[in-house]
Amino acid sequence: MVQVLIPSQLQSYTGGASRAQARGGTVDAVLIDLDRQHPGIRFRVIDEQGRIRRHMRVYVGQERTLDIARTLGETDEVLIFGALSGG
Amino acid sequence: MTNAIQLLVGTRKGAWIFRSDEGRKTWSVDGPHFLGSIVSHLVLDPRDGKTLLMAASTGHLGPTIFRSTDGGATWTEAARPPAFPKAAEGETARAVDHSFWVEPGHADEPGVWWAGTSPPGLFVSRDGGDSWDSVAGFNDNPMYWKWCPADGGTPDGALLNQIVIDPRDPAHMYIALSTAGVFESLDQGASWAPLNKNVEANFMSDPYPEYGQDAHFIALAPTRPDRLWQQNHCGIYRLDRPSEDWDRIGNAMPKEIGDIGFTIVPHPRDGDTAWVFPMDGTDVWPRTSPGGRPAVYRTRDAGASWERQDAGFPREQGWFTVKRQAFCADRADPLGLYLGATNGELWMSDNEGGAWRCIARHLPEIYSVVAAPL
Repeated sequence: MVQVLIPSQLQSYTGGASRAQARGGTVDAVLIDLDRQHPGIRFRVIDEQGRIRRHMRVYVGQERTLDIARTLGETDEVLIFGALSGG
Repeated sequence: MTNAIQLLVGTRKGAWIFRSDEGRKTWSVDGPHFLGSIVSHLVLDPRDGKTLLMAASTGHLGPTIFRSTDGGATWTEAARPPAFPKAAEGETARAVDHSFWVEPGHADEPGVWWAGTSPPGLFVSRDGGDSWDSVAGFNDNPMYWKWCPADGGTPDGALLNQIVIDPRDPAHMYIALSTAGVFESLDQGASWAPLNKNVEANFMSDPYPEYGQDAHFIALAPTRPDRLWQQNHCGIYRLDRPSEDWDRIGNAMPKEIGDIGFTIVPHPRDGDTAWVFPMDGTDVWPRTSPGGRPAVYRTRDAGASWERQDAGFPREQGWFTVKRQAFCADRADPLGLYLGATNGELWMSDNEGGAWRCIARHLPEIYSVVAAPL
């Protein structure tokens, strides 16, 4: 199971939890499994073309990824942040 | 018929519902709903009188639709919000930034809803707003990129900003776009034709093109569905079908006020009456109340003449703006008019514009106001 850090903007989907667990060998697969558990959460982060939304950030451990096809290792952690949206 | 009204107010930072007494004198406030969300439109289904649909997004998160069937006490998210089809290799990949307008379908089609988005897109739901499909007749039209060029757009993005359905025929629809003007469909969205003859686009090399106009708002009165009213970027227009020639009725507005604005409200029972809220379209286009003196203007002769209605508004130093979806009428008698301003004030008139009073202050920037029976 991959540990996923859930930002405040998405915790309405996880019942207030800041961490979740999901299965998958890629970032995309993890987000799909996360969406199965918490319907609607993926589309708020990933658009219909499979791109990470402009004001969201996804990290695998310390490394930012722009590609949801990024593969994950057994111990990787996925961190989702809301970033850079002013006003 | 009750005269008690609910006002559904969408703002840049959430939604509020104001509910009146029978005389529309006192108002209770319910909100915020989804504080911090950008609410472009909040609409009640007139067919069941209880379903609310809210077009929402946030600065960070992608767009979605929320639904309520208990007056806003509880909300559920659409299972499949409006989204463009996955782009094929080599195609420009579009993603919905936000739904701007939600429109209940025809009275004979319960459960059907339409949505217009930014970037321009047309979407339909046939299950009460829970799942949404792309309308290929517009979104995949061979002319799409001519009508909606990728570099076109208003400050918050190019819009498909209005959907109007002929009350006599669910297949007969009009849409308005910020990049292309007004379009008509006779087959419920399967095909579209521009409807912009005589409408100015003074920002284009051909100032009267077949398409390319910026139609800020279109509306029709249900009692006179062959008459379309338009507040365009370049003036106020009226079209009486089956003619295709728009008439610039804004030419009769006082020259010092002009006929620039975002929105127009037809009287639901009197086909010759409509209201506009003029904006300053001179110089660098401040789009504030002209001269700092807010006013609506009313025509009662289909645009041949206009009268100023400003009783109750600030006499000076009032610089607010009223956006496309933020001016509306109820169906009560006498008619109530409501407008939401960019400064977070909500104003009403319970005598057809004769006098105005502020019923709420200090809201976030108001994007939309919809009046519905309570």
